[in-house]
Amino acid sequence: MPEIRNYTLNFGPQHPAAHGVLRLVLEMDGEVVQRADPHIGLLHRGTEKLAESKPYNQSIGYMDRLDYMSMMCNEHGYCMAIERLLGIEPPLRAQYIRVMFDEITRILNHLLWLGTHALDVGAMTMFLYCFREREDLVDCYEAVSGSRMHATYYRPGGVARDLPDTMAQYQPSRWKSKADVAVLNKERQGGLLDFIEAFTERFPTKVDEYETLLTENRIWRQRTVGIGVVDPERALQLGFTGPMLRGSGVEWDLRKKQPYAAYDRVDFDIPVGVNGDSYDRYLVRMEEMRQSNRIIRQCVEWLKNNPGPVRVDDRKIMAPAREEMKADMESLIHHFKLFTEGYCVPQGEAYATVEHPKGEFGVYMISDGANKPYRVKVRPPGYVHLSALDEMSRGHMLADVVTLIGSLDIVFGEIDR
Amino acid sequence: MSEKLDRLAACLEKKFKGRLLGLTQARGEITIQVAPDDWLPLARMLRDDPELGFEMLVDVCGVDYMAYGVTEWATEASSSEGFSRGVEAATFGRFTFDEAPAAGGHEGPRFAAVYHLLSISHNHRLRVRCFCPDDEFPVLPSAVEVWSCANWFEREAFDLFGIVFEGHPDLRRILTDYGFVGHPFRKDFPLVGHVEMRYDPEQQRVIYQPVTIEPRVLVPRVIRDDHRYLDDSAEETSADA
Repeated sequence: MPEIRNYTLNFGPQHPAAHGVLRLVLEMDGEVVQRADPHIGLLHRGTEKLAESKPYNQSIGYMDRLDYMSMMCNEHGYCMAIERLLGIEPPLRAQYIRVMFDEITRILNHLLWLGTHALDVGAMTMFLYCFREREDLVDCYEAVSGSRMHATYYRPGGVARDLPDTMAQYQPSRWKSKADVAVLNKERQGGLLDFIEAFTERFPTKVDEYETLLTENRIWRQRTVGIGVVDPERALQLGFTGPMLRGSGVEWDLRKKQPYAAYDRVDFDIPVGVNGDSYDRYLVRMEEMRQSNRIIRQCVEWLKNNPGPVRVDDRKIMAPAREEMKADMESLIHHFKLFTEGYCVPQGEAYATVEHPKGEFGVYMISDGANKPYRVKVRPPGYVHLSALDEMSRGHMLADVVTLIGSLDIVFGEIDR
Repeated sequence: MSEKLDRLAACLEKKFKGRLLGLTQARGEITIQVAPDDWLPLARMLRDDPELGFEMLVDVCGVDYMAYGVTEWATEASSSEGFSRGVEAATFGRFTFDEAPAAGGHEGPRFAAVYHLLSISHNHRLRVRCFCPDDEFPVLPSAVEVWSCANWFEREAFDLFGIVFEGHPDLRRILTDYGFVGHPFRKDFPLVGHVEMRYDPEQQRVIYQPVTIEPRVLVPRVIRDDHRYLDDSAEETSADA
């Protein structure tokens, strides 16, 4: 009888299904995983240490690059921590803008998750469909911040600027004829809010489209049902948050339970799973996209009817408008001080947390009264979820590990920081 | 919100009588401080007591208090030489390894671990701070047996701060490179680091060499104590909110 031994398999760090730079050392018995040891840190950039060496506002851009699939939600957590230390509250319009963009970000993140997860499991089409819708949403990012990905749009005390009244137009070129451009520009004639409204009108049918491709699909169900089952008690022990926790049947959403920004003013539902397997987590995330769409619609309506300031009127924290700065000596001084030294934050500590698309994203900040944070600690949801991969993958096949990685929805920017 | 916090604070004081080294309530958050020897039994109580019910450990954060309150630009008046000459390279963004200040210039213990707990059943949060008694060899008991997710968080605090968690099942480095030397998030570890890595075409392999870049943080660290920051009313009002 031949001798059968366990062997170790090296998965990644350069593997399309590793979602970035995950190196996974798998101990296999035949095709069954005995132990999974994720090696992370290949994308470690020391974000927290860098943030400690810079004035507060200069690190907002680093937050985008943590979870680079849900940029504005990261900024939101960081800005909220500073706001709590400063004891300021952004104007209501800024809160609504933040809620709207948090939800746009949630859809962005879930679309990418859906596309790549389905691609890993073997459904190529999903990826193309999801990226089609993502395109419109990154256009919204571009409209407010000039950047399609790393927006740096939220600021402590509000947002960088109010929503624009016009959208950028496509121009005819060698690749796009006039007729093509006219079609593309059709929904870009109004302001950003009109563009978003048009998106929210067509998006639910798109989600239905995705669901017809996957929800009842035999292969999809064979690959996801019963894979990586986590019961609710275990999910709490493992520190799961967000869709991972809700997939296991625990009703917990910070937007409802500990509302921040304007979430207590909008109406939405929280989907909860039953079995705690990959399929339930998929269903939860699909429903979350629909609910996000609902929230965005409410925000658009409110924002259309309620113009107002989007930044706190405190020159010691937020720089004056450019026109003001050019004409007024004191504004110029404020501008200069804010962009060189920054503002000092009172001594103390704060932990601010948002319901990030992936779970609870928290920023713990200690200030010793200086113009730079003394310590910034980012609590990334993906880090905690990935640490449970070992437990979740034991006894599953090698191919299921790929499903699990997809189902965890991990992005290495936030895990490695 | 504040009533709920008061209730939790009273509950903690009652249950942990004599074992709390401190309890503060600020900005709508409660922080308690515990001694390392007490930490594990208290952690179990925090999790299992039905009135507390902290089922979830949200975060573990290592902190190095060595440079707390250190500033680099204490000049009160401007000089004819401009302000940058008054800047001392006192924080890690501005010095290299050779110039790093010796540890011990601070008061009190240097390293601490800060735990954030969350109770799903009661919907409240708690922050627990635990200082390491020994600065030279910081040790704390591991909370992995109370909350499984402490595993990676403690590995991270060990990696970045060198805090050793006694009883941890697998205390390895997690975020830094294989074979990394030192604990990069300590306040005496310069931002530019120790070594850099490059491919050497002659030896045809990747080599490590001492860093060649200069520290280049431009904005000095300052603490302003003018009238804006003197009153503590901000803290009180936000605690009430």
